[in-house]
Amino acid sequence: MTRGFLSKNPSILIFLLVLSLFTLGVTFLSETYGIAFLSTSFIKTLGKTLCLCLAALAMDLIWGYAGILSLGHMAFFALGGYMIGMWLMYARTEEIVVAALANEPLPATAQEVVNGIAGQIFGVVGASELPPIWGFAHSLPLQLLMVVAVPGVLALIFGWLAFRSRVTGVYLSILTQAMTLALALYLFQNDSGLRGNNGLSGLQNIPGLSDVPQDQLSLWFFWVSAFALGVGYLLLSWVVSGKFGSVIRAIRDDEQRVRFLGYSVEGYKLFVFTITAIIAAIAGALYYPQAGIINPAELAPIASIYLAVWVAIGGRGRLYGAVIGAAFVSLLSSWFTGGRAPSINLGFYTINWVDWWLVLLGLAFVCVTLFAPKGIGGLFDLWQGLRAPDRKGAQLGPDDGSLQEQEALK
Amino acid sequence: MSALLEVSGVSVTFDGFRAINNLSFSIGPAELRAIIGPNGAGKTTFMDIVTGKTRPDQGAVLWGDRAISLLSLSEAQIARAGIGRKFQRPTVFEDQSVTENLIMALKANRGPFAVLGWRPRAADMDRVAALANEVGLADALPRKAGELSHGQKQWLEIGMLLAQEPKLLLVDEPAAGMTLAEREHTTRLLVDLARTRAVVVVEHDMEFVRRLNCKVTVLHEGSVLAEGSLDHVTQNPDVIDVYLGRG
Repeated sequence: MTRGFLSKNPSILIFLLVLSLFTLGVTFLSETYGIAFLSTSFIKTLGKTLCLCLAALAMDLIWGYAGILSLGHMAFFALGGYMIGMWLMYARTEEIVVAALANEPLPATAQEVVNGIAGQIFGVVGASELPPIWGFAHSLPLQLLMVVAVPGVLALIFGWLAFRSRVTGVYLSILTQAMTLALALYLFQNDSGLRGNNGLSGLQNIPGLSDVPQDQLSLWFFWVSAFALGVGYLLLSWVVSGKFGSVIRAIRDDEQRVRFLGYSVEGYKLFVFTITAIIAAIAGALYYPQAGIINPAELAPIASIYLAVWVAIGGRGRLYGAVIGAAFVSLLSSWFTGGRAPSINLGFYTINWVDWWLVLLGLAFVCVTLFAPKGIGGLFDLWQGLRAPDRKGAQLGPDDGSLQEQEALK
Repeated sequence: MSALLEVSGVSVTFDGFRAINNLSFSIGPAELRAIIGPNGAGKTTFMDIVTGKTRPDQGAVLWGDRAISLLSLSEAQIARAGIGRKFQRPTVFEDQSVTENLIMALKANRGPFAVLGWRPRAADMDRVAALANEVGLADALPRKAGELSHGQKQWLEIGMLLAQEPKLLLVDEPAAGMTLAEREHTTRLLVDLARTRAVVVVEHDMEFVRRLNCKVTVLHEGSVLAEGSLDHVTQNPDVIDVYLGRG
């Protein structure tokens, strides 16, 4: 054990190198600091993609490594977005209200300012008082704490209930999906205190930085997203490299055996579920200021299913696979659905990719699952000459989430 | 001598079928014991109860000097208390190397936070190497466990059990699928282990049980039919009637 952590995991260095080159390249091609080749909206798309990659990393830890197919992690992602959105909206509205009240003959009291903010924010849903859940929204540090605490506590409670009853496999997936749907339906209500189906908007305007143009701001967010992805990658590589990684992979393949080794399987699952929920929430908190708007539709179960599809296409059980899958599929998706992909005229029918992209994605998902379970990551194995073991079709463990023969390496 | 494990009056019913019927059993801290019995006698269910996989309908299972009830503990807590189990079919983590398998089994704090920060020290790696040597897998340390032969997997699992340093070892048919030389090695190992801890061996193979040369418990229809030396129980008319006589 004389070799260092990085020398044992050369893929980390390669990943960080590629990520920093990409960041430098985008900076160089940007409007603000470079030759203005990339538009501001495209830089925002790239920044958002990096956040999605971070969420995919979390998904890979829980599904690829621990074998828990959670279909609710985008709910934590969106919750993180809501939490940061509350501060962004509050502080931004506060600036506007204070400026407006400055013209009054009498200086405004603190209560008048709060009432003004509440009226501005909640006018659309016919309310004029700040709900109690906005109690921390005036303070950035407190609301940043909420970004971590709210999804973390929700994941802790939900996970504790689910894992304690030993719900596994497809039943757990359904349960997580139900949680997402319930949360979305709750947020759609006006009296949930988060503006119902209007959601939170204007999040791209960062309070205190109104002088900074959006093209510059978008690049700053891009940098922070790239930094977060790099740190997340390093952290998760460290988590999966040691004994902890061994134990969660063992849980994926044969959890009963892990119990007889003396490890509390439920405790580990809960730990992984909560930590990945927090990572997803942080990714969401970086994503939504770039998206500018968040509403309950973001919590739709389909979003979490996409997350699983990205990880599957990239290759589960390897961190770079999740990042590649998320980046590749989400960028391709925005190309196809953005109307930029040329339609194919078959004479009798024109394939319009905006409509047909989902079909293509679905087909790709099915094909990857059936014929190339290692996904895009498998190409690296091919290149390195690594092969799957010949196990006559046997999986590597008795559990639902266990690695299949084709996913394993000899 | 106080018993290490004391099972008294335990019964289990599965859908009306009485798998274990008022079973009582006890074993001392350094004892080798063989359990024999025909199929369906409740041997595996007995091990399931002791390791916490199955909850009995009634009865008590007490453990150690302080007579802790195992019935209120989870499987993982029972394993941490010092009960190790070897399954009939070798169950190792096939996607992981022999080293990783052994490191996971090494006696250490099992909490998630402790495991997260755990990094192997020289002493741990020496222990892994010594264990691998003991079970004849010294050359196979970097290999994936899934690549090993059936016999090697059995050995790896025994190595993992040793790494856990249990006070009581439950071994289900250790000799299944082993060559004669491997059986002899296994016999020696089990007898050796029983000097410092309790070992319970469930076995079909009478020849293997004879080699163990220890006290034998015969199970039949979920309860103890006879107990004593192998010669003693094989002369018991009930035992001959239900088990040996049919052979």
